[in-house]
Amino acid sequence: MSEPLSGLTTSQSASPVLQGGVKRGSRSLEPKAPLKGGGGAPAGRPESFTPNIESPATTAPRGVSTARRLWRNGAVRFGACVLALLVAGAAAAPWLGTIDPTLIDPASANLPPGTSAEFMTLGGDTFQHWFALGSDSLGRDLWSRMLYGARVSLAVGAGVALLALAIGILLGLAAGYFRRLDGVIMRIMDGVMAIPGILFAITLIAVWQPSLATIVIAIAVPEIPRVARLVRSVVLTIREEPYVEAAVALDTPAWKVLTRHILPNAIAPLIIQGTYVCAAAILVEAILSFLGVGMPPEIPTWGNIMAEGRTQFTQYPQSVLFPGLLLSFTVLAVNLLGDGLRDTLDPKFNKRGG
Amino acid sequence: MTTSQSASPALPRAATEPVLAVRKLSITLPAGADRPLAVEHIDFEVAAGQTVCLLGESGSGKSVIAQAVMGLLPAGLKAIEGGITLNGRELLPLTLTQLRRLRGPAMAMVFQEPMTALNPVQRCGDQVDEILREHTRLSAAERRREVLRIFARVRLPEPERIYASYPHQLSGGQRQRIVIAIALILKPALLICDEPTTALDVTTQAEILKLITELQRENGTAVLFITHDFGVVAEIADRVVVMQLGRMVEQGNKLDVLQAPRQDYTRMLLAAVPELGGRSRPPLPDGPALLDARALSKTYATGSWPGRRRTVQAATDISLSVHPGETVGIVGESGSGKSTVARCIARLIEPSSGDILAGGQSVAKARGRTLSPFRRQVQVVFQDPYRSLNPRQTVGASIIEGPLNFGVPREQAWRRAEELMRLVRMQPSALHRYPNQFSGGQRQRISIARALACEPKVLIADEAVSALDVSVQAQILDLLNDIQQRLRIGILFITHDLRVASQICDRVIVMQQGRIVEQGRINDVFFAPQHLYTKTLLAAAPGRGFAFGSREPAAPQPILA
Repeated sequence: MSEPLSGLTTSQSASPVLQGGVKRGSRSLEPKAPLKGGGGAPAGRPESFTPNIESPATTAPRGVSTARRLWRNGAVRFGACVLALLVAGAAAAPWLGTIDPTLIDPASANLPPGTSAEFMTLGGDTFQHWFALGSDSLGRDLWSRMLYGARVSLAVGAGVALLALAIGILLGLAAGYFRRLDGVIMRIMDGVMAIPGILFAITLIAVWQPSLATIVIAIAVPEIPRVARLVRSVVLTIREEPYVEAAVALDTPAWKVLTRHILPNAIAPLIIQGTYVCAAAILVEAILSFLGVGMPPEIPTWGNIMAEGRTQFTQYPQSVLFPGLLLSFTVLAVNLLGDGLRDTLDPKFNKRGG
Repeated sequence: MTTSQSASPALPRAATEPVLAVRKLSITLPAGADRPLAVEHIDFEVAAGQTVCLLGESGSGKSVIAQAVMGLLPAGLKAIEGGITLNGRELLPLTLTQLRRLRGPAMAMVFQEPMTALNPVQRCGDQVDEILREHTRLSAAERRREVLRIFARVRLPEPERIYASYPHQLSGGQRQRIVIAIALILKPALLICDEPTTALDVTTQAEILKLITELQRENGTAVLFITHDFGVVAEIADRVVVMQLGRMVEQGNKLDVLQAPRQDYTRMLLAAVPELGGRSRPPLPDGPALLDARALSKTYATGSWPGRRRTVQAATDISLSVHPGETVGIVGESGSGKSTVARCIARLIEPSSGDILAGGQSVAKARGRTLSPFRRQVQVVFQDPYRSLNPRQTVGASIIEGPLNFGVPREQAWRRAEELMRLVRMQPSALHRYPNQFSGGQRQRISIARALACEPKVLIADEAVSALDVSVQAQILDLLNDIQQRLRIGILFITHDLRVASQICDRVIVMQQGRIVEQGRINDVFFAPQHLYTKTLLAAAPGRGFAFGSREPAAPQPILA
């Protein structure tokens, strides 16, 4: 880490000035800016500036940018690459040798991976298709279903992370900064935390229609207290920092103190928390789909692919194995990304050399 | 005391070998650091019973030497040249296990911050006991007796009670005594003290220094004492090694170095040491007070339902006023309530009772927008320059924040920020940079510029120079003086350092345990103190009355208790 070392340089830069003598004739600071409403300082003598300016700021060994530092971290690189591949795959699903993932052909049921077979839709159209990962008990192409299923998983992961962060940050900032709101907000958060997450999601989906939005909300709500607690604790620390007090003394309104001074300094742990929420959300979505209370059955998700393959896992393992592997891999990638971000962004872990 | 031998280390050495000898030691820094070597060609020795002070400003590499001796160099730092011998034994080639066996019986270290040096979840007695368990074969009862004996020797009251106490239950001075007990219980030949009194109050510091000297005399310990404080050096050193940026600038006997320094750098450092003795201050114009605090009190309540509520009286019945062009100092030790008073007056916290008048208006209970006019008039400069600027904002954004809040157009605020940068003697181009590119002293200048941007009438400086090196400290004090003369602002200057207070203040207020015990003009309070506490404080200031550099001895000596 170059931070503590930069302190060494800087004391050097100050010393040449000393010998030169700091004092120099009178310079005037004329309050040229007649500030509104206040008594300006008495004007000094209008002499010209003869600035005896201190040596310039050390061209700090700031070294590499944050992005470069992040990229140097193996975990970040791996996680980001896997996720980028997944996103690209999910987005480009129609062009990657897939067919409509809902198409059924009982004749080509339970094909082993790597088979090429004639596919006849229920409408009677036939075409040759290569089943890269085999097919399920209804003859649907597993590769297509997994790629399209990735869309749901990624959307849920990102959606839940964003929603939980947004609401959690709002509540956490309010609770941490305004002492009066603290008790109320945090007791409500405790209450929400007391509800088992999956149970809550099942209930919510049962009450509303199962849809992407419902599922995102259902998974995000139990995550909100965790984010809010984190934000609150970070805010409690940062609000004691002298630069926040200085902002208060400068009459900065509370919302500006929060958005300009507190939030930017709390963002690193939040990004990290976001990745963990994202990973958890992908898992919970798969669990819900597996239990049959997630997305409607006509939309393929990794969870309901596995649920369908569960009964014949011993004969035809592919429809549990491949989505399961992909799910684990995705969650691993997201978690690694989070760990890498923490190691590079969070100064507390930074010092320990992660 | 040995004679000066820095010029020719080849002089015939005394019959006794030095306890510690550091020979041509060079230590590398990791690649990408600001300089290739942390320390370069360091050469000195410490004899039994002798105290050698390593003196230098932050970044001079003095702590690295201590770490190298103890075998505690952080990863990335490596001794590449030279050697360290302890009682004739080379330390650098030793393995970790061999070094560990030496730490305790042969050498020991006292750190700056006793709270972090002690384990917070272990009783103090057990922490000392651990050393005995590790290095001796004494029985449990014998060890206990030994621990109690060393507690008595480091002058801890009620050794039995202390034995069973946790570190947080003790005062800072008592904690440091525990650390010293741990260091000295095995009677090591070498004791390394790394700024052991920097975190302590001045009266505690005096006691700890006395204790170290006493124990050293009893055991004939060699002491390597690291400090940045010339007062401490004057108090305890036999020999002094002056360091600058990893190089040895000068070494010699205390009197030679402190009173007849040969190097410019040493001379510059000595000149920057604040003296206890008032400067001549321009007379103050009569006029109404800018800021008037009346019978201010602050009570903190800790604990909430259902726990037990406790109240702490942090400040009681404080009255003070600040006039244009006047500097009022508040001095006191930690816990005296001086910062509470400052924060009340700056209205960062609300006083429990009493009144604050600014420009004739009461602001003690004002809130929110009604405080705005007051905020313009009173600005604060904080202690820690590394925490008082938002690291995610450019310097310029920080400085214009206040004026923007008060409705000044952005361009105008920016132009004024450029002027202010010149006023605090920095380049206007610095406005576009981030705080981490500046040194502590530069950051403090920026903080001052930010405070001045609102054109305040009163500046509250809360320990504004305490975290700075002595040379930078002198510059900032000059700057504050200069700005005050030019803008005729009032300054409320909070400090624990009497010498600093005497350099800049017109009047001074001495606080103890939340109350004002004495106040008056600098010369009256410092040279004819009335209250016992003031006398104790003055007597405890290290190096008092020591004539640094080639200066004339400080003219009138403070009268001491």
